[in-house]
Amino acid sequence: MLAVLAQTGAGALENFLTFTVFGVVLASVYFIAASGLVVTYTTTGIFNFAHGAVGMLGAFAYWQLHVRWELPALLSALIVLGVLAPLFGFVLERVMRGLEGVSTVTKVVVSIGLLFALIKLAPIIWDPKGSYSVPAFFGTDKVDIFGAGVTYHQLITIGVAAVVALALRWILFGTRAGVSMRAVVDNRSLAQLTGTRPARVSMMSWSLGSMLAALSGILIAERLGLEATALTFLVVNAYAAAVVGRLSSLTLTALGAVILGLAQAYTQGYLQENPSWMPENWSLLAIRGVIPVLMLFAALLLMPNAPLRTQGIQRSREIVGRPTWRLAAIGSVVLVAITAVVALVVSDADVLTIGMGLCFAIVMLSLVPLTGYGGQISLAQMTFAGFGAYAVATWFDGSVLGIVAAILLAGAVGAIVALPALRLSGIYLALATLAFAFFTEKFIFNQRALFPTTAKPVRRLELPFVDLSSDRTYLVFLAVMFVLAGLLVVWLRLSPFGRRLQAMKDSPAACATLGMNLTRTKLQVFALSAGIAGFGGALMAGLQRAADTNQFTALQNLPILLMAVVGGLTMVSGALAGGLFLASFTLVPRWIPDFDVLGTTSRALVEDLFALLPGLLGITLGRNPNGAVAQIGAALRERKERAALDPAERTSRLPVDPVADLESAGVDRPFTDEDVELLDRVLAIDEAEVAAGVTA
Amino acid sequence: MSSHEGVDHDVPLLELRGVRAAYGRIEVLHGVDLAVPEGAVVALLGPNGAGKTTTLNVCAGLMEPTQGSVYLAGRRINGAAPDQLARLGVCTIPEGRGVFPNLTVRENLSMMTFSGRSLPEVEAVAYERFPRLAERRSQLAGTMSGGEQQMLAMARGLATDPALLLLDELSMGLAPLIVEELYAIVAQIAATGVSILVVEQFARTVLGVADYAAIMASGRIVQVGTPADLEAELSSAYLGG
Ligand SMILES: Nc1ncnc2c1ncn2[C@@H]1O[C@H](COP(=O)(O)OP(=O)(O)OP(=O)(O)O)[C@@H](O)[C@H]1O
Ligand SMILES: [Mg+2]
Repeated sequence: MLAVLAQTGAGALENFLTFTVFGVVLASVYFIAASGLVVTYTTTGIFNFAHGAVGMLGAFAYWQLHVRWELPALLSALIVLGVLAPLFGFVLERVMRGLEGVSTVTKVVVSIGLLFALIKLAPIIWDPKGSYSVPAFFGTDKVDIFGAGVTYHQLITIGVAAVVALALRWILFGTRAGVSMRAVVDNRSLAQLTGTRPARVSMMSWSLGSMLAALSGILIAERLGLEATALTFLVVNAYAAAVVGRLSSLTLTALGAVILGLAQAYTQGYLQENPSWMPENWSLLAIRGVIPVLMLFAALLLMPNAPLRTQGIQRSREIVGRPTWRLAAIGSVVLVAITAVVALVVSDADVLTIGMGLCFAIVMLSLVPLTGYGGQISLAQMTFAGFGAYAVATWFDGSVLGIVAAILLAGAVGAIVALPALRLSGIYLALATLAFAFFTEKFIFNQRALFPTTAKPVRRLELPFVDLSSDRTYLVFLAVMFVLAGLLVVWLRLSPFGRRLQAMKDSPAACATLGMNLTRTKLQVFALSAGIAGFGGALMAGLQRAADTNQFTALQNLPILLMAVVGGLTMVSGALAGGLFLASFTLVPRWIPDFDVLGTTSRALVEDLFALLPGLLGITLGRNPNGAVAQIGAALRERKERAALDPAERTSRLPVDPVADLESAGVDRPFTDEDVELLDRVLAIDEAEVAAGVTA
Repeated sequence: MSSHEGVDHDVPLLELRGVRAAYGRIEVLHGVDLAVPEGAVVALLGPNGAGKTTTLNVCAGLMEPTQGSVYLAGRRINGAAPDQLARLGVCTIPEGRGVFPNLTVRENLSMMTFSGRSLPEVEAVAYERFPRLAERRSQLAGTMSGGEQQMLAMARGLATDPALLLLDELSMGLAPLIVEELYAIVAQIAATGVSILVVEQFARTVLGVADYAAIMASGRIVQVGTPADLEAELSSAYLGG
């Protein structure tokens, strides 16, 4: 910075100060958001991906009270922070309560489901066509600090962050409730043994977390305006600060927030669009938007090894079944046959939508070996698919080689992402891949040099014997392609590589001690999975005759993971179900007769509802971590078994007696003489001895 | 708070009947029957992996039996949460150090206020019995010596007025002198009428304070009696178990 100052001379100091103030203000907001995340993560063990969405919702609620209903600013803020946010925290605790003992994948999916549902909910309540601006506290009045004009709103923001820091310190170290929260972090079962109700502690921490999220949303809305996705992801930026604090230290989190805020402010001020060392048509400005994710990525890489709290002997509730070739063959034939019939009967628009569903299914299929078998979470599959789409749009013009290039490019990108991320697992891997997805969206896919227009035209694949130019033929072709990719995945599962993946998921530690090279396995499965995703992306681009970057944004990764998990991540059929579910959310509203209802139209209503579905389905997963297809299969098997069993022979594996709760139990079982006798026999104690009590 | 009132004195304060418990699908308790009479000290002995800790965890509510029942003062407590039991007067000091390592001594003591005593009162009780803790009140518990940590853990048994004390391997990794000191406190707590179930792997120290002893092997109680009865049997159980 000194160099910059020296170069630019007079006036530069004010400029520098202005940017510094701006940076500190950003840092304050980031700190407030990140501290909430840290508080909930440490006390509940759940990384709340929806934290940003809670902040967004808080900002909208504030707007509703203050701007629409014209309540005073302070009162509105108090209602949001003191009433609505804690209530929301209460709901969150309910949602997250069932997540003990499930795998990290399920935990991630539930909070991502919430994130997605909230992002879709906001525009339903607050029509995105409206204009929502949040006035600053005390308007635009400024004070002069060393020549830089600082608004009261900025001063208040910085002050609030300082107060939050002090208050958190006081709560955690100075109050009994705070000490209980820290005790739960330290040793959950011991905390219970000392009379702490874990549900109450979780409730407190979810409420506190929601309050902090809402506070950060309210403070930043003035600058950013109210737009659900942008606001949500601004708070998501704060995750970088939290990761600098290793999700546990508030002091380091504050440091991370300051670095992040200042870095963003200074790049805003001093970055050149196309410095001489950049190739033409590339813009460096886009880097501003990705500073937080770059920092997140860097902070993740600098994490010490094995920072996960959830390691230990833990059997998760998920089960992975083994596919059989017979079932795979039957499934393949049935799928292609049904698709052929469907291709003949449905409308033109529906053919495209169902085709998209099959392409989504292939991208979801890429998660089966990676997440279903290998236990690695990726939030970048749609991004890899984007690389595939880019490849077919750029090279080999409709030749099969284009598809090959798509697979190779996406696979290579997957390997490159995996390489630094190899040490990471669980939520850290999820965060790293999400960071990569953002980076790609904001810095790669929006470069003119790569995508001159957002949708780059694509020539559809040309095969020697079949003409794919008709959408209906292409649909059947997509089904065949899904089958091929699916068979590859089945083969993988049954091969030694599949067993290695399974072992890696079940016990990374045991693998390491057995001398298995996890690094190579992880790298391979990442590359393979990204390759499959790239394949899906290429086919999708072929279907639409365009590679459209809007389809490969970071946000698009969320429904892919959600619906894949809903369908069932451990099975090829689960991926197919997930893809078709996702397509059906566009399909079904189209089939609904359109009429006016509740001040809107039936179709709009159903569309809104379906927009919420991926998120809602994701949230409900806590109860059913094996996915829909497995669930149906299990139900069928159970019916068969039940029918086979003589009812008289059935034994229950549940505890024999119903569980009585303590308060209602009372002395409901008078002790009989026989009981005492029996007891004495068991203990070999004389009755006299018992009556005499303690003997020496 | 101790729930001595209303307890039928013929009913053992703690009773396990046919308790089976499992980790996942592996059953480790195969029908445990055990009773701790009101005001008595019962020692539960046995070799590594016999299921002693598991039994204690079942009593403390940390694990739910898959079959059988646990009764506390005649009340069936299967499925009760550990925090409920703690507030009813079951004080469990788990295997290893029963302290919060990243909390200071004073904060650890403040976690003992759930039973109704105020922090100054809890501090008074703890520091009176363990003056060493007073010197270390602002130190993180995790940085204290093993003996000091165990004293801090034991302070809970004194400060919360439990009706039932469950102790797991008090002596683990501690010097004999400290173990003796700790068992002197166990005897002192017992003298106030608190019922105690104490798990130990090695019998000598604990048999001095126990009224009854039970020997456990492979998930079952194989022998019950007075310490004198059992001393002779012990060696064979360890060799045979
Ligand atoms: N968390 C667990 N998961 C699976 N098995 C367990 C677990 N904890 C204990 N076990 C098994 O249960 C059995 C009984 O263990 P437990 O800890 O109750 O024995 P113990 O008598 O306390 O032994 P020690 O004297 O070594 O403390 C052992 O075979 C042990 O391997
Ligand atoms: Mg043990």
